[in-house]
This record gives sequence, structure tokens and C-alpha cells, in this order.
Amino acid sequence: MSVVIGTEVRRSGRRAGVGRPSASLTIFLLMAVLAVIAIVALTLGAAGIPLSRLPAALGLSGESTAMTARDQLVLWSIRVPRIVATAMVGGLLAAAGAIMQGLFRNPLADPALVGVSSGGALAAASAIVFTDSRFGEALRFLQTELLPLAAFAGSLATTAILYGVSSRSGRTSIAIFLLAGVAITAIANAGIGLLVFVADDRQLRDITFWMLGSMSGVTWIKAAVLAPVLVVAVIACGFIARGLDLLVLGEADAFHGGVDVERLKRISIVMVSAMTGVAVSISGVIGFVGIVVPHLLRLVIGPAHQLLLPASILLGAILMVGADTLARTIVAPAEMPIGILTAAVGAPVFLFILLRQCGLASL
Amino acid sequence: MSAVIEARSLGKRAGRATLLDGVSLSVAAGEMVAIIGPNGAGKSTLLRLLSGDLRPNAGEVRLKQRDIASFTPRELAARRAMLSQHINVTFPFTVEEIVLMGAGERSAREAGMLVGTALEEVGLAHFRERQLPTLSGGEQQRAHFARVLVQLACGEAEHGPGLLLLDEPTSSLDLRHQIDLVEAARRRAGHGTAVIAILHDLNLAIRFADRLIILAGGKLAADGPRADIVTRQTIREIFEIDAVVHQADDGVPYVLPQSMQAMAQAELPPR
Repeated sequence: MSVVIGTEVRRSGRRAGVGRPSASLTIFLLMAVLAVIAIVALTLGAAGIPLSRLPAALGLSGESTAMTARDQLVLWSIRVPRIVATAMVGGLLAAAGAIMQGLFRNPLADPALVGVSSGGALAAASAIVFTDSRFGEALRFLQTELLPLAAFAGSLATTAILYGVSSRSGRTSIAIFLLAGVAITAIANAGIGLLVFVADDRQLRDITFWMLGSMSGVTWIKAAVLAPVLVVAVIACGFIARGLDLLVLGEADAFHGGVDVERLKRISIVMVSAMTGVAVSISGVIGFVGIVVPHLLRLVIGPAHQLLLPASILLGAILMVGADTLARTIVAPAEMPIGILTAAVGAPVFLFILLRQCGLASL
Repeated sequence: MSAVIEARSLGKRAGRATLLDGVSLSVAAGEMVAIIGPNGAGKSTLLRLLSGDLRPNAGEVRLKQRDIASFTPRELAARRAMLSQHINVTFPFTVEEIVLMGAGERSAREAGMLVGTALEEVGLAHFRERQLPTLSGGEQQRAHFARVLVQLACGEAEHGPGLLLLDEPTSSLDLRHQIDLVEAARRRAGHGTAVIAILHDLNLAIRFADRLIILAGGKLAADGPRADIVTRQTIREIFEIDAVVHQADDGVPYVLPQSMQAMAQAELPPR
């Protein structure tokens, strides 16, 4: 008997699933890749800073050349805040996607796809137009602070409506969920259209920015708004991971397994809304990061949320920094909106998942 | 023996329809009870009320002498385990990961032996690292049964004999695995667990349960040992079919349904 026990324990010590890398290796590799891509992103841009000048510009070495002052200015006031914010937006969007997919037990759920981002963008656009109007004059000085809050409220309302519409007695219909998302996106876009109609030229530019998604013009202040949300999200992910795993069995069976399902749903909805809303308030609507990242990760490390959520944050950061670097270099000195890039890459992946996993019959 | 679970005049409505009405029952430690009855009799509703998942409109459920509504989901999970029908897992969890979900907060290292034993018991040890969605319906059901067994074992290690609820556990299993599953449940009862299973196969219910509970139209139609209940008369009344009741060599009755046509033509007198 003791022999049997010995082998059982040894066997279970291995990670489940053949050929899946261990948790620590996964996190280490992703962090290493993120570091490399961040360094590459630092050197590229309208004002190039070759790798040889990078240590001096970052203040890591004492030597300074004629270019150091200019390099430092470019790096610290433009490029570093932008890369930091981009990485955080990517991490938030990817993890929000992973949480939403767990919540809806559906690999096709994505905040941008089902209108949660649009809801946030509508609220943010409303906030822009309102604070510029006669009625909102008193709040104009709060515009920077108001935008993330408005976007969060818009995202929260959208997620709650979506859940209410597509969940019936503990079961979520994939078809109703996606169709409800289409309808909600249409409503939000109609609202944004209305705002575009009444907006002046400056507001119009701001609103267009929300629709296409861009990381340009990111400052340290905006990056500072993202940081606390990301920190709270990372901590909260640890608490909801096991519940999301069990939720894959369905709400009733997650409850039978000891999960307080109602509380898990409330926390997840607030998290998805806060993460998406705040990211959207900085970057505008950026789609498909939330689908592509968790999907790729599940193929390699499996679906367990304890590892999937932190890994999503890292891979989301990697992809977004990569995409943003591409967006600001391929048509330099002009800049392509990053939302166009992520959609161009993400939409085919979405179609691929749809064909492979969800065959129309099972919808 | 004291009751592990007790229901007092349970009533449950959905809109204007009455799903259950005045159902009372009590199951003691070590007892295995089968719930039988036609479709729509309220069997699954009753089981969900007993699991604490649904709240009754009338009456109360007491688990180990305590109102079931007063337990947190986690406390409940440590005292009763339930296997539902039709669980559809969308993400590529492995069989081992699914079974480990029954172990609560315990890590793979702590619960490894329990997981291994449960997988052996349901005959899926060789599928340990396969992804659940790639298995057949019956194999998936056995994997979920193994998960429920792990949950039961973890709970019983801390709180003593618990409650095992099974909702049509044999619906997608072949004959051999039906017997395997019911025998595994029987073994749990042998160790003091109270087992309640909804079974459609009357003969399986008769052979393995200590007691049968018959539901019809949301009401308790009969509750007692099989010999008192399994008669041509009751089967005719409850299921509206004619059936011959014979006895196997060991004296256990078995039921052989006759065709409806024969019943109408012959107008057999009740036996």
C-alpha cells in the first residue's frame, strides 16, 4: 500500500497535462520577453535612440554625450510613460478578457466584442461633451479624473445588462450572449454617433480617438491612473481564480463545490468593468487583445485560472507594447491607431476559434 | 440512527406551477435511498432543495440537525456532495484538474492520493491527463463522479459521514459502469454516508437501494422498503404502464414492463 501511495504523490506532484510548462517557468519566460520587447520599444520611434545610447539616456551609466539630454527628454517625458501605460492597458484588457470568458464559460467573450468597451467609450465621450457644455462647466477642471470614472460606470452598466440578458437560471446561452453584445454595441455606437453629431471640432477629435484606440499622448498622470487598478486586479485575481475554475462546471455545480457563486459573479463583473473601463479611458476601444491572449495561453499552459490570469496580464502587456511600437513606426512620422492593428490580427484569430471550437451547431 | 438530512413538508413553486407540495422525508447515516417517479414528478427539484441550491417556498430542509440555509456554500460543500446531470465543460481542463476541483483548497500534492483512488474507482486512471472535452459523454460523467467522490472524502475527513446526492448518475453510462457507479455509492453508504439517488432504472433502484421514495405530480406517493412498494399495482398507478413483477433467485424483485397495447387489450386485473 505504501508503494502505491508513494507513486500517487509523485505523480500528482507533476503539473496536470502532458507537456505543459510549470507555473514559475511560464511567468519567468513571459517577464523576460516583456523586458526585451520593452527595451526594443525604447529604442524605436520618431526620434531613434540606438541601444548604445540607451544606458546613458536612462541614467544607468555616468558618461554623457551631446545627445544625452535630448535622449533623456524623449525617453522620460514621452516614451517611458507611453510604454508603461501601454503594457498596463494590455495586461488589463487581456486579463479582463480571461475573467469574462471564465464568467460566461465561453472562449469568445471579449469586453470590446460584446460592447463593454463601447459602453465605456460612450460614457467617456458623454463626459467629454458634457464637461465642455454650459451645464457641465463646473466640472470641467475634473475632466482628467472624470473620464476613467465615467468609462468604468459605462462598462459596469453594459456588463450588468449583458449578464442579465444572457443568463437564465444559471445557464448562459452563447448565442444570446453574443447577439446581446451586438445589440449593446449598436446602442452604444448610436449614442456615440449622436455625440459626434452635436460635438465641435475639438470634441470630435477626442471622440474619434476613443473609437479607434490609440496610445499617443499618454502622460505620467494617465499611467498613474492605471497602476492602482492593475495592482488591485492582480491581488483580486488570486481570490477569484479557483471560483472561476469551478464555474466551468456551471453555476449550480460550482455552488455544490463550495463556491459562493453570486459573490464571485459580482466581483468578476466589477473587476471586468473596472479593468476595461479604466483601460478604455486611457487607450480608447482596443479589441481582440482579450480574446487572443487567453486563447493562446490556454493552448500552452492550460485553462486553470491561477496561472492563466497572471500570464494573461504579462502576455497582454507584451502584445500591446509590440503592437504599439509597430503602430508608431510603420508609417512614421505619422502614427497608425493601434486599434486597427489589434483588430487586423485579432479578428482572424476569433474566426479561427469560432470554426474550431464552437461549430455553428453548438451555438 | 440520527437523520443526516431531513425535509419537512417542502413546497416549491415556479410561477403558478406547483413543482413540489408537502414532501417530507428523512435519510439516516449509512442509508441508500433511491428516488423514482415519472418525468416532471419533481425529482430534480427535490434533490436541488436537499442540496441547498434552491430555497423552498414552504417547509424546511435540515442537514445534520441544522437549517440548510444557515450554511455558507463552503460549509455545505464539506458536508454534502452532489453529481448533476449534463455538465458541459467548455475549457480544456484535464481529467485530473476536474477531479482535483473536488478537493477544495487542497493542493495537487495534498489531494493526489484521493484523486488517484477516485480515478481508479471510476476506471479512468489511464485518462488522467486527457482533456475532459475530448472524452465520451459516459467517460465525462464518470470523471465528474470521481470529482464528487473526492469532495465527499475531503468533507468526511473533517466533519464525519456526509450526504451524497446523485441526479440520474447512470443516464449516459453503459451497463457495466452503471453497476460500478451504484456499487461505489453503495460502498459510501457502507461507511456511513447518507446516499440519495434519482434513478430511472427501477431494477437498479430495487437492487441497490435500501429504501425507495416515489414522487408523482410533486407529491410523495410512497416511501418504504422495496418489497412494500414494488408491486404491479403501484407501478401501474405511478408510471401508467403494466409490468410484471418477478423475483430473482435471491428473492429480490425485478420489474418487466409490458407493452401498452397488451395492457389496453387485456385489461389485466391488478395483481
